[in-house]
Amino acid sequence: MSPNPPRTPPDLVSDPAAPDTAPGVPVAAGTSDTADSTEAATATAVATMPTRPPLGQSTTATARRKRKNITMIVVLSAVLALAIAVLVWVLGYVAAEGLKYLSPQFLTHTPPGNPSAGGGGFANGIIGSLIIVGIATAISIPIGIAAAVYLHEYGGRVAKVARFVTDVLVGVPTIVTGAFVYALIVIRYGYSGYAGAIALAAIMLPLIIRATEEMLRTVPRELREASLALGISKSRTIVSIVLPTASSGIITGCMLAIARAMGETAPLLLTVLGNDLFVETNPDHRMATLSLQVFSNAITGFQAAQGRAWAGALTMVLLVLIFTAIARIAGRRTAVSGGKR
Amino acid sequence: MPRIGRTSSITTVLAALVIVGTLSACGSTGGGDSGGGPTGSAAAPKSGGGASFDTAACNTTSGVTPGFSNGVATVAGATKSLSGAGSTFAAPAYSVWTKAYASTGSQVAYQSIGSGGGVAQIQAKTVDFGDSDTPMSDAELKAAKGGPILHVPLLVGSVVPAYHLSGIGSGLKFTGDVLGKIYAGAITKWNDPELTKLNPGVKLPDEPIAVAHRSDGSGTTGIWTTYLTKESPTWVSKLGGKATSEGKEVAWPVGIGGKGNEGVSGVVNQTEGALGYLELQYALAQNTTFGQVQNADKSAYVQPCLSTDTAAANQAHFPADLRGDLTDEPGKDSYPITGTTYALVYQNQTDKGKAAALVNFFSWVLTKGQDLNHQVNYSPLGAPLQKLAMAQLSKITVNGTPVAG
Amino acid sequence: MVTTLDRLDGPDRLRRRRSRPRLADTSFRYLTGAAAWLMIALLAGTTAFLVDKAWPSLRQYGIFGSLSSSRWAPSEAATSKGNPYGILQFVYGTVLTSFIGMLIAVPAAVAIALVVTDVAPRRMRRPLSWLIDLLAAIPSVVYGFWGIFALIPALKPVVTDVNDTLGKVPVIGKVFAGPFFGLSYFTAGLILAIMVLPIITAICREVFATAPVSEKEAALALGATKWEMLRLAVLPRSRSGIVGAAILGFGRAIGETIAVTMVIGNSVLTISTSIFGQGATMPSVIANEFNEATEPFHLDSLFVVGLWLLVLALIVNVIGKIIVSRSGEHIA
Repeated sequence: MSPNPPRTPPDLVSDPAAPDTAPGVPVAAGTSDTADSTEAATATAVATMPTRPPLGQSTTATARRKRKNITMIVVLSAVLALAIAVLVWVLGYVAAEGLKYLSPQFLTHTPPGNPSAGGGGFANGIIGSLIIVGIATAISIPIGIAAAVYLHEYGGRVAKVARFVTDVLVGVPTIVTGAFVYALIVIRYGYSGYAGAIALAAIMLPLIIRATEEMLRTVPRELREASLALGISKSRTIVSIVLPTASSGIITGCMLAIARAMGETAPLLLTVLGNDLFVETNPDHRMATLSLQVFSNAITGFQAAQGRAWAGALTMVLLVLIFTAIARIAGRRTAVSGGKR
Repeated sequence: MPRIGRTSSITTVLAALVIVGTLSACGSTGGGDSGGGPTGSAAAPKSGGGASFDTAACNTTSGVTPGFSNGVATVAGATKSLSGAGSTFAAPAYSVWTKAYASTGSQVAYQSIGSGGGVAQIQAKTVDFGDSDTPMSDAELKAAKGGPILHVPLLVGSVVPAYHLSGIGSGLKFTGDVLGKIYAGAITKWNDPELTKLNPGVKLPDEPIAVAHRSDGSGTTGIWTTYLTKESPTWVSKLGGKATSEGKEVAWPVGIGGKGNEGVSGVVNQTEGALGYLELQYALAQNTTFGQVQNADKSAYVQPCLSTDTAAANQAHFPADLRGDLTDEPGKDSYPITGTTYALVYQNQTDKGKAAALVNFFSWVLTKGQDLNHQVNYSPLGAPLQKLAMAQLSKITVNGTPVAG
Repeated sequence: MVTTLDRLDGPDRLRRRRSRPRLADTSFRYLTGAAAWLMIALLAGTTAFLVDKAWPSLRQYGIFGSLSSSRWAPSEAATSKGNPYGILQFVYGTVLTSFIGMLIAVPAAVAIALVVTDVAPRRMRRPLSWLIDLLAAIPSVVYGFWGIFALIPALKPVVTDVNDTLGKVPVIGKVFAGPFFGLSYFTAGLILAIMVLPIITAICREVFATAPVSEKEAALALGATKWEMLRLAVLPRSRSGIVGAAILGFGRAIGETIAVTMVIGNSVLTISTSIFGQGATMPSVIANEFNEATEPFHLDSLFVVGLWLLVLALIVNVIGKIIVSRSGEHIA
C-alpha cells in the first residue's frame, strides 16, 4: 500500500438538468472496449447518447438517465456503507465482549491453573509478544532499510533481481515462512522465541523494504546531487541526508510492518509453540504470544477461557490500532513538500 | 456543493445507519450468550427432557485424596524450568499441577497440543517430556532420537459422549455399537430407531447428527477408537480393519474436525445437534450435556465419574512396560471408556540438571499431585498402579547412574 | 572551516581526500548489498528447505503423486499400499474458499473504489479510505474468533433458507445443500472476502486514479451524468487493473491460515460438493497437523503441501503483478 493518497480529479459542477442543444439521435447502448481508443469511444458514446428533446417536449429519456444515475450512486454508496458497517460490527463485537473481561488484572496476571476458573489474564502473552516482535523489529529494520538503500541508490542487476524477489516474498503465505524457519532452526534447536522472531522478521522485511524504497523515491535527486557535488561521500549522503529526509515515511512503513507482526499467528504456531501458563522472558525458550494465546483459548469451550480470549483479542486490536495510528501521524509530517509521486 | 454530491453523502450516511442498526440487532441476539464474568465452575450434570443418569455409584466421593507418601527424595541440582507438551486429555490436570508445583520454585511449561504432538516432540527431543494418552507403538519408540522412552501413568480419566440438543439434558444412553455406527456414518439422525430404542423416555429430534472428532493426533481419539474397535463391527469394517480403525489418527468417514479436546468441546457447544467425544473435565466444566455408556458386561449403563473411572482402573492389568489400555474393563460399575495418560520421558538422560528436575516433578505429581486430581475431575491412580509408576522413575539414569537416590 | 574552494585546490588535496571516503563507501555498498542478497537468499532458502524436507515423500509417492488423490489418511501410511497422502481436497478447499471470497470482494471493491475516488465529497475521501484500510489491520485470529461467535449465528437463518430453496433445486441444488453447521467453505470464503477487500480496493483506487482527468471532464462537459462518466471514462480503461487486483487479492486469500482454520470445519477426507459443507485448505491442514506428524512420511507430506502452496502463491502473485503493472506504474 502506498503511503500517499491517490490523485483525485477536481470536482466539477455537473448538472444534468443543463440544456443540451445537440440534435436528437437514437439511443445506442454499449461502450467501446479497448483502452486505446477511449477518446474516440467517449466521443462516440456521448454522441450516441439520447439527448434532450427540443424545448417544450417531454424529458423521459433524460429523466431515465437521471434516475439511473441516482440509483447507481446509491448502490455504490450502499456497498461502501455495508463495508464500513462490517468494520463497525467486528470492532464493536470484539470491544463489547472484550470489555467485559479487560481489566488491570488481565494485563498483569497469567491464566489460572484450572482453565474453567475465572480471573487471571494474558500477561505472559503480552510480554512474549512484545519481546518477540521487538527482536523481529530489531532484526528487520536495519536489514530492510539497508536493502532498500541498495536497491534504490545503487541499482544494477543484483538490485533488479532483489527487487523482484522482494515483491514475490510479499506474497509468500506466512505459514510457509513458518515451515521454512521450522526446518531451518526448530529442528536443530527446538522451539524458541528466537525462531519465532526470525519468522516474523522474514515476514516484515519485504514490507519494510517496499515502503522504504517508495520513500527513497520521493527524495528529490537534486538533494543527492547537491550533496555529492559538495564532496560528501555517497554513503554519508545516504545516511545523513537522504534517509533523514525520507524518515517519516520510513517510520510509517516500519510501524505498519510492526502492526502486521503483532497480529501474526500461523508462523508462530510452528516456531514458538506457545507457553500457556507462565511468563517466560528468555527468548531461548518457548514463549507465549498474545496471538497464540487468543487462538488456543478461543477454540476451547470453557466460558472463562473464552472470556479471556476476547479480552486478549481486544488488546491485540488496540495494539494494532495504536501502531497504525502512530504510523499515520508520522507519515503526515513529510519533510519534503511536493515530493515526486 | 453539487446536488449529486450532497445527495450521495446523505444517502451514504442513511444507508450506513440503517445497515449498522440492523446488523447490531442481529449480532446482539445471535452471539451474545457469554453472559456473566469468567467465574466458570463445574456444576453437576443437568438432566432434562427425559434423560437422566442411572448409576448411583457416582454419588460417592471416597478415595478422592489418596495421600501417597512414597515419593523419591528430592534430587539436588535440578534446573528451574522444564518444557513439556502433549495430550489435551490431561491438560487441565497439568495446568493444576504445574501451577501448584510453581510454589517450589520450578516452572514446568506444558503445552496442550495433542498426544500426537507430544509423541512427535519427544521423538525429536524439542521438549523435555511428552505426554500421550495412548502408549507409543513399537515403530514410534524406534523413531525416538534419544533411546528408550519410559511410560509413566499419571492419572485416570474418561472419554464421554457429549452432545448438544436443546431441551435434552445429560444421561442419554449409548452402546459402543451405536456410537461406532454414528461415527461410521451409518446412523445419521438423532431419532434413528437404534437411538430411540435405547432411550424410550426421550423425545429425540428429527435432526442430523453433527459428528465432531479430532483434527489433530489425539490420545483421546486413541482411547475412543480402541473402544469402538472392541464394540462395533460396523466401525471396524468401515475403517478397513482393526489395524486402521484405532489409533491417534484415523480416517474419519464423517464429521467436523476440532483441534484438541478444546476444539471439539467448542464445536459441540456451538453446534445444535452435535455429538463429540470429550474428556470428562471438558464436559463438566463447560456444562456440556453428556451421556452414559453401556458397560463391558452389558449389564448396565454407567455414568462417567470419578468412582466409575476408579472402578475400571482397579480392574486393569498392566504389562511390565506399563503400555496398557483401560477400555472395556469388567465390573458392573466400571465405565468402559476409561483411560490414563502417560508422561513420556527418556530413560537415558544426558543433562544432570534436567534429569533431576524431571524426577522431582514427576515424583511430586505421583504423590502430592494426586491429591489435586479431583479438582479437575480426574481420578488419582490406584495404589498398585501408582507404585508401578514410581518404579518407572527409578529407571531414569544420567550417563549410566540412576538419578533417584 | 573547509570550503568548496578548498576542495577544488590541486590534485594532491583531492587524492588524499578521496582515499578515506572510498573505504567507507565501499564497505557501505557491500553492507547494503549483503542485505539485498539476503532477500534473494531468503526466497531461495525457503524453496530449497521446503523441497529438501518434502523430498522423501516426493520420492516415495512421485512428484505429482499427492495431486492425483483426494484421500488424506496418515493413519493408513504404515499399512496401505497406495498413496495415503492425497491433497486434491486441500487444493479444492483453497481455491473454492478464495474464489467465493473474490466473487464477493471484487465487485464490492470496485464499487467502493469508485465512490472513494470520484463520488464521495472531497473531504470524506481520505477518512473513508482509511476506514476501509482498517479492515486489513484486524488480526486474522480475531476474524476467526468473531466469525465463530458473531458471523455464524447471523448466517444460520439465512443459509438455512438457502438450503431449503436453492438447495432443493435439481442439479445445482447439490452446491447449496444443507445441513449447515456453521463451519463451512462458505463461511471461510465470506471472511476471506472481508479480509482481502482492503487490498483489492486500494489497488482499484490507484487504478481509477490514473484515468485521465481530461476524459472525465470531457464526458461531464458533454452532459454525461456521474454514473455515465464513470462507466465511460473510468471503468473501461481500468479493466486489466481490476483483473490484476482480483488476482492479487486471490493470491492473498489462498495464503490465509488462521481465520480459515477456525471456521472451515477441518474435514480432511472428502471433497464436499456443497459450499456449506466442511472442508480443509492447504494452510489449514499444515497448521492443524504440523506439530504432531509422526506417521511415516506425514511431516514430509505436509511439506509437500507447503511446497505446492508456495508454488501456487508465487504463480498467482507474479501473474497478478504483471497484469496490474501493465495498467500503470507504481501501483501495488
